[in-house]
Formats: sequence, structure tokens, C-alpha cells
Amino acid sequence: MAEDIKKIMFTVRKAPHGSIYVYEGLEVKLIMAAYDADISVVFMDDGVFALKDGQNTAELGIKGFAATYGVMVDYEISKIYVDRKSMEDRGMTENDLLVIGEDEDTEEPIKPTVIETDQIGPMMAEQHNILCF
Amino acid sequence: MKLAVLVLEGPYNHEASDSAYNFIQAALEKGHEIRGIFFYHDGVYNVTKLMEPPQDDRHIANRWSELGAKGIDIVVCIAAAKRRGIVDDVLVPNVRISGLGQLTMMAIEADRLVTFGD
Repeated sequence: MAEDIKKIMFTVRKAPHGSIYVYEGLEVKLIMAAYDADISVVFMDDGVFALKDGQNTAELGIKGFAATYGVMVDYEISKIYVDRKSMEDRGMTENDLLVIGEDEDTEEPIKPTVIETDQIGPMMAEQHNILCF
Repeated sequence: MKLAVLVLEGPYNHEASDSAYNFIQAALEKGHEIRGIFFYHDGVYNVTKLMEPPQDDRHIANRWSELGAKGIDIVVCIAAAKRRGIVDDVLVPNVRISGLGQLTMMAIEADRLVTFGD
């Protein structure tokens, strides 16, 4: 059965606030993770802002959803990647990234995996679906 | 080929809906199968019967309904719809409201999932 499990990649390329795309895209990820699919998420372009630690949407008057990223591992979405170049272009470093969960055994915090832009193409080539939210 | 189509933008305001429709027509003419059409984000506005465009323009909701009448499964995401006031009562015929699980099944079962959005 293992080879029947479909690989589905999400790309997040828009800023987290200012439109609903990234928030509703997150809802899709959480639902699809409940199915028998191999889910991965790549944050690039303005999408990297979604992974910035310490977001506060109170003054925007919206609910905010960064806290949900903090429990992605609990939803069995642990393949979370972020494009280094996109981060650097926006003045972000690995230290700015939020925690996406903790290791079951060691309770160590887990952070998104920083990858190089040229790694993304080969990852995409392996996917059954790529969804852009 | 078995295709599924995801539409993420509303009608008229963006071309995504027209492009999706034209893509589906072309695919059907080539003999491909459409596994399903899923509306998400503002895409849920595509299939409300409350729209009343000028008579000399295309009627986007009726166009989708006609595709549904051919037996293509057309699904509106319930979470996105509820947020935007789209309920069963305002849908054109041959379209249904259901959950994101339906999109998941389309993604898994189709050979290709093609997204139309910005």
C-alpha cells in the first residue's frame, strides 16, 4: 500500500495577512493531513512571513492563525520547508522562525526546515499534486 | 486523462473562472474525463443563482450548472461558503456543497489537479 500513498505539496507564496488565501490554505492542509496522503509544505516568496515568530494580529482586528502553525506536527504535518533565499531577501533569518511542534520523544522544539531554492524543483517533480495556497 | 479542477477566484472580477471553464470545455472535447470541479476561497461565488449579469454577457453560474447537468461533480467548499453567505438555497442546480475532503479525494483520484486562481 505504501507506494499508493499520494504525495501532495502545498506552496505558500503570499503574505499571511492582507488577504484570506494563506489562512484558508491552512484549513486545506489540516483536512488533507487527515487523509492517507504524504503532505509537505514549502513557504517561499512573501509566504515566508507566515512562519515569522511573534505575530500579533490584535490591531488588525482579525483572529490570526499563527498559533495553528505551532501545532502542525500534532496534525502530522512535519515536512515544512522554507526557502532560504526568500527569507534573506526579506531580512529574515532562521532565528525568526516560529516553532511548529515538539519532538515526541525528546520534547525538543521543531522548526521548519530551511532549504535552498534549487532543492525545490526536484521535490516538486516527485509530487502527485501541487496546491498553491 | 482524469482531471480535477480547483477554482479559487470569484466570477467576473478575475479571469480564473473563465479560464477554468474554457480549459474544461477543451479537455472534454479532447476526450478527457473531469473527475470534479471544486470551488474554494471567493470561488464559491461562481455558482450562486443570485447573480444577474447583463443579458449580452456570459452567465457564469448557469454555465457551471450546465456542466453539472452533464454529470460532472461540482462541489462548493462548505467552510468557504458559510463565511461568504453561500448556502444551498442560493446555488444553481447541479452543484452541491460539501467539505474539503471532497477536494482531497479529487486530488488523490485524478491524474492531474489543475488550479485556476491568482
